[in-house]
Amino acid sequence: MLSLIAEVSGNLGAVGYGLAAIGPGIGIGLIFGNGVQAIARQPEAYGVIRQNMFIGFALAEALALLGFVAPFVFS
Amino acid sequence: MADLITTTVGSGVPPGCHLETKSEQFPDGCGFPAPGVDIFQFEPIVSFHLFGIDFNIGKPILIVFICSVLMLLFFFFAFAKPKLVPTKIQSLGELAYTFIRDQISRETIGKAGDKFIPFLFTLFFFVFFMNVMGIIPFAQFPPSALFVYPVMLAMMVWVTYMYIGMKKQGPVKFFTNMMFPPGVPKGVLGILAPIEFLSNILVRPFTLAVRLMANMFAGHLLLTVFIVASVYLMSFTAVGIIGSTASFVMTVIMTAFEFMIEALQAYIFTLLTASYIAGSLVNEH
Repeated sequence: MLSLIAEVSGNLGAVGYGLAAIGPGIGIGLIFGNGVQAIARQPEAYGVIRQNMFIGFALAEALALLGFVAPFVFS
Repeated sequence: MADLITTTVGSGVPPGCHLETKSEQFPDGCGFPAPGVDIFQFEPIVSFHLFGIDFNIGKPILIVFICSVLMLLFFFFAFAKPKLVPTKIQSLGELAYTFIRDQISRETIGKAGDKFIPFLFTLFFFVFFMNVMGIIPFAQFPPSALFVYPVMLAMMVWVTYMYIGMKKQGPVKFFTNMMFPPGVPKGVLGILAPIEFLSNILVRPFTLAVRLMANMFAGHLLLTVFIVASVYLMSFTAVGIIGSTASFVMTVIMTAFEFMIEALQAYIFTLLTASYIAGSLVNEH
């Protein structure tokens, strides 16, 4: 028989969003950190770097946004 | 006050419900009326039946109409009669045009993308106008927070880049180029091909739409939470004064932040569209 040792109470959607935001948070930090570093090292490549930075940012951010939308969809 | 809350949030708060009266008069049901999905649903202003279809014109559709008209007017006054010495609105339009051309189109597609600038330019401004309606007084609702509008725009983008790819690379070659990129080991292709296919055909338009919608949705919800909180906490107690003021300050800060997000989302939407088009144009990919 399984006994309950821990329980999460409150809005599960909020907990889910919190979990979903961890990965993209790290990812976006890496993208912009490295992007800024790249711009500092090579300022003349600013345009290309910024464009790729935003594409990567948009891709990483999509996961967090899905985590935000999912509770509303499945509620 | 209670009326104000009721009109702001919709329902759920009993009249005369304040923070300090919570425990005495209203033991339950007097909590903070957190705005939910219901703030994205509007009663139709005009309803009519035409050609077998029910039309319910609500606030979001009206806002989209206004956006389109504003965009038309802006484009007309900016570009209809160009002068050698540009007028104010013309120089604004030309500034925006050079931004789209130099920062988005030429950076991603290159010179070949010059014929897509009108599409990108219109897309950028339509998304931007729809987004910015979220902080314009009296409108105060971004229609792009409703899933239909981003989905329609994303479908337009999808059709555009699929068509361009098939026309430029050939209907079969387009898919094989997409699924089997050169220089990849044979063993990996078994995993890579379906992933590439799915990511190009399904995930791209889906994330394009969801990104815009979710950003506007979250922003509008966030703004509403602070606005409702600043009204809800308003009372002559220490908690009321501090809480309400803090919420109001946050509302102002968040409005500015929202404006930044709205502009950024329009930019990202256009940039991703441009990069998808660029991906369809490239032959050796």
